[in-house]
Formats: sequence, C-alpha cells, structure tokens
Amino acid sequence: MMKRLLLACVPFVMGISAPGILVAPLSLGLVVPLAAWASEAEIRLESAPIDVRDAASLQAGARTFVNYCLNCHSASLLRYNRLRDIGLTEQQIKNNLMFTADKVGEMMNIAMTKKDASDWFGPAPDLSLIARSRGSDWLWSYFRGYYRDPASPTGWNNTVFLGVGMPHVLWELQGDRVLIEEVSKDVAGLAVKDRHGNVIKSVRFETVRRGTLSQVEYDTVVRDLVNFMTWMAEPNQVLRKQVGIWVLFFLAILVALSYALYKEFWKDVH
Amino acid sequence: MAATEKQPITGAGPFNGILTWVDERYPLMSTWKAHLAEYYAPKNFNFWYYFGSLAMLVLVTQIVTGIVLTMHYKPDAAQAFASVEYIMRDVPWGWWIRYMHSTGASAFFICVYLHMFRAMLYGSYRKPRELLWIFGMLIFLCLMGEAFFGYLLPWGQMSYWGAQVIVNLFAAIPIIGPDLAIWIRGDYVVSDATLNRFFAFHVIAVPLVLAGLVAAHLLALHEVGSNNPDGIEIKKNKDPKTGIPLDGIPFHPYYTVKDIFGVAVFIFVFAVFVFFAPEFGGYFLEYNNFIAADPLRTPQHIAPVWYFTPYYSILRAVTVNFFWIDAKVWGVIAMGVSVMIFFLLPWLDRSPAKSIRYRGPIYKTALAVFVVCFFILGYLGTQSVTEGRTLVAQICTVLYFLFFLLMPWYTTIDKCQPEPERVTK
Repeated sequence: MMKRLLLACVPFVMGISAPGILVAPLSLGLVVPLAAWASEAEIRLESAPIDVRDAASLQAGARTFVNYCLNCHSASLLRYNRLRDIGLTEQQIKNNLMFTADKVGEMMNIAMTKKDASDWFGPAPDLSLIARSRGSDWLWSYFRGYYRDPASPTGWNNTVFLGVGMPHVLWELQGDRVLIEEVSKDVAGLAVKDRHGNVIKSVRFETVRRGTLSQVEYDTVVRDLVNFMTWMAEPNQVLRKQVGIWVLFFLAILVALSYALYKEFWKDVH
Repeated sequence: MAATEKQPITGAGPFNGILTWVDERYPLMSTWKAHLAEYYAPKNFNFWYYFGSLAMLVLVTQIVTGIVLTMHYKPDAAQAFASVEYIMRDVPWGWWIRYMHSTGASAFFICVYLHMFRAMLYGSYRKPRELLWIFGMLIFLCLMGEAFFGYLLPWGQMSYWGAQVIVNLFAAIPIIGPDLAIWIRGDYVVSDATLNRFFAFHVIAVPLVLAGLVAAHLLALHEVGSNNPDGIEIKKNKDPKTGIPLDGIPFHPYYTVKDIFGVAVFIFVFAVFVFFAPEFGGYFLEYNNFIAADPLRTPQHIAPVWYFTPYYSILRAVTVNFFWIDAKVWGVIAMGVSVMIFFLLPWLDRSPAKSIRYRGPIYKTALAVFVVCFFILGYLGTQSVTEGRTLVAQICTVLYFLFFLLMPWYTTIDKCQPEPERVTK
C-alpha cells in the first residue's frame, strides 16, 4: 500500500523536472520522513510545537489568520471580542482585525456565500473547529507540506493532503519547493530493498525559489497560526486546565477525609 | 395500617416533631429502615461493589447536566451543531457542563460494565436474584438506547452517519425492514425529523423508563438481599434473638460512608478526564464529530463510540450468507443476540458454586477468554476492516457465543470447591 502511494508520486516528481521551473537546489531542502504513507489517515505527522498560553504567539497567529484565511474561510463560531482572551483590547481588535464586521460582538464570518464559494472553486470549510477535527499536528504538517506540482489544477500539492484543492496561500512567505524522491543506496551504491524486495525511497523537499521569509521565520509564522487555530477551536481550554488543577486539589482532600471517615466507622466491623 | 400504631420519633435532632408528623402520614421511618438503617448488607463487599452506587451517581449527574444542556441546546438540524458550540463557548461554564455530560456517558458504561462483570464474578444473577438481573439488563438496554439517541444530538458527522448506519440495520429486517427504517427516521434519510424525535426520546422517554427500572432494580435487590464475594446467602445464618444476619451490617452508616469514599475517588478520576482529557484521544469525543453533519459527505471510516464497538464488531464479523438470507441480516441478528443473551445467564449457569472463589478451573478459564474476546472485539470495532481483522473478529465472536451456549455443560462438569458457611474476609 505504502509503496503504491510512493510510486503514485513519481509522475509528480518527474513533471517537476520539466524546463521552465528552476531546479537549482538552494540546499535549504529539509528531509521530511514520508515513509509512513499508507493512507491519508496514517501519514506520520510532526508534533506541532505550540503553546496556547503564549499570548504573543496567539496574537501573531490571529493576524496571519485574519489576513490569509478569513477571506475564503469563516470562523463562524468565534466572536471578534473573544480575542480579548488572548490579550487584545476591543480597540485593537476593531482597528487591526475587523474587516468584515461592524460590531465587535459579531462572529468571524466572511462576505462570500457558501454557494459562491462552491461555484467558484469548491467549498471552503469553516475553520472554527478544524484544529479539533484535523488536529494541531496535522495543521502544522499541512502548512509545511506544500510543494509545486504542475500535474495538479492549482499547480500545488501537499504531502499530508494529496490532491489538495487550496493553493499554497502562504507561498510568498515560504517560496516554491519541489518534492525530490531518491532511491536509498548502500555503501556499494546498490539500491536498498526492504524485505519484500521493494526499493526503499526517501522523499525530501527542495526549495527552487526563496520566499520572503527564511525557513525558521516561516516555521514561526506557521507555528503561531496553528497555535491560534488550536486556541480558536476551544477558547476555554486554558481556563479548563487551570480550574482542573484546583478541582483535583479539592477532591484529593475529599478523598483523604472520606477515607478517614470510612476507616473510623469500620473500626467496629470484624 | 393505621397511623396510630407508629411510635413517635425520639432522637437527638431538633426535628422529632415534624418527623413524627410526616411519619404518621407517610411510610418515612419504615422506608428509611427497610432500605438504609436496617438493610443488612454482607460485611465482605470488595472493590467490585462500588460500581452500583457509582452508576446511580452518574445517572444523577447525567440528568442534572442534561437539564442544563437542554436549556441552551436547539434540537434543529440547522442550529444543533452551532448551539452545542454556543454552549462550549458562550454559556458561562457551559463547557464544563457539556464535558461532564459527554464524559458521563462513557463513565456510565464503564460503571455498568464493571457492575455486570461483578455479577459474573460472584454469580449475583443466580437464584433468588434472577429478576434483579433482568431489571439490570433492562437498564442496560435503556442505557444503550439513551446513548444512541443522545449521540445524534450534537449533529456532527459521526452523530449523523452513526445514526444512519444503526437505523439502516433495521432496514435489513426482511419484508418490513425498509418501511420500519423510514418510520424510525420519520424521513428517507436522517434529518431534522429524526433529530427532533431522538431528542424527545433522549430527554424524556428513555430517562423516565430508566428511573422506573432503577427503582425496580433497587426494590428487587432489597427484597432478596445483596450477594457477596463468597456467593453465599447471609440470611441463612441469623442471630436467633434479633433475626439479623450474623454476617450483615446495616447499610447506613457502614456502606454509606464506604460509598462516599468510593464516590470521592470516582469523581477525582472523572475530573481528570473532564478537565484534562475530555476527548480522550477520540474515544470519548470523536474527532470527526467536530465537523457539522453533512448528508452529502460520507466519512471514510464510521466508528461507533467505544462502548458499542464489541457489538459492532460482531455485526461486521458475520460475512457469510446462510440459508439464502443475506449476511447483513445474520449480522444484525448476531449483534442483537450478543446483547440479549445476557438475559439468560441465570438459567445457563448450572454451577453448584456461585462465586468464582469456589468455582473450578473451567469457568475461570471461560470467563477469562470471554473478557479477552470482549476487549479484542471492542478494539476491532474502532478499526477499519481488513481480512485479518475480520478473521480475528470471527474467532472472538464464536468464542463470545460459546461462553454462553456451552455454559450449561461446562458449569456442570467443573470441579468446584465447597462454599464456606460464613463469609470470609
């Protein structure tokens, strides 16, 4: 299964070497382990380095979200004034983040209707809960998984979402990358085969045109964005854990006292 | 019985007057005595005996949190999904109430499964407790219905397609099936009509029946008295003067304080889930259920919540057509029988000993195999189907049924030890 999928990428990779696209490696390519490709659900995801208590990161993520996502995608379950929870004032929200709403208590909706979106390019799902349905790790890997693919309608493909409908919206920041597949070779220069006799291939990205950001800066932008989307999917999650500590503290005392009461009463049962 | 026969209540408290007044008009003291202060329970209850009272606690928290959720929830296909998120985001402490309810559903099944397993360990379903067991089984069926109806209400993708799959099972019934499925849904697909009626079942119809059955379960228990880990009748050895079982202790205060301790530990564990792992890796809240129901998009992998997965595995394990009847129909029958067969336990079990402590090696092995099969089936029910998994599920399904069907035979030939006269520690 895994092999079949890996082979399925070969045409994409071959297509990339067509003239017109610069294949001059800038040695910025990072090797991404893709050996676990079995089906979309079983792709090995990288753990997202996020922290939903990091207000600066959440604010940066909110800015990226509003600028890049909130044009086609809504966040219809989140109110603008909820952003006060990540350290913004109402005035800051109004001045910097509200483009489509009049009142700060409104939901983060978009002007485009669902029908228009479908007619123009297909459905753009609401993103309020995407971090809970897809998972933060998926989002982190997804935003770092885009590569150029002339065979796809948009010219883009994604390692965690093959045949993705959305083009790489952050491409100016990250730059253009292609996917390079290489046959693993041993010291003698022979192709390494697994126990089924299949050739083992490794897959890596290679940057063909630099973006406006370095790799590290781009990862920071993605980290902040995923952080914000994770927070947005459950804005009460920080409070939930804070309250939880106190609840457990209280219950631990209750357990101790009720145990003492139980032992006291049961002293006379023989 | 004439009220004048009753004695005035005397005690240390300041309410003797009002209590006497009530007692003259209502069986207050006799109820208190019969069910608490003078209900004699065996003194050797162990860990497994916590889960009955804990199941009742969960029932109460489900009712209370359910009432609060109902105040904010909209049983309307266009609004249901957003209204649940409104509870999660905008209703003060709504997230806490909702997580209590969603975690409570799983906790309910954990308590009930352990409670049932206790009965299988110590033969608590045996004579004279057959009716007590039947009431318990009816509670279990109601609970399954309650969980199924409730799961549609958040109106996520798993809610929707899970309901679609289960209702379609009824369509497999020959002749009347398709019409029956439409009658259940109130529509040709799961829709607003289905959501509304499931809401009605979930918030009033099933809970009412459940409350009645719990009362019947308790009355039946207190009529025959509790079993215990030794599986012997404490009523056989009574104090000749007082008539109180020698191995019995009053439920109140002994088991009330013990159960309070159990409750405290349980709530602690419960709180760990509610506050730190409400999704529990997709087992308590499935990830796909954070996507609003979409009748046009079938998820690749539809899995029920964990507490239904053993039966779901049995359903999927049946892949052969017998007697020109479709395998799907047999699957539905096998699934139904796998739950219903528990009703027959009191009559399938012929062992001279009730408790596993005095039973022979055959029953111990059989029970262990059954538990392992139950867990494997449960795990497989969460996974997608492969050839190998189906084979394992088929083997486990056969063993599952053999545990029950061969019970009348292997419990008779099993070498049991003699039961003691009095309870042991």
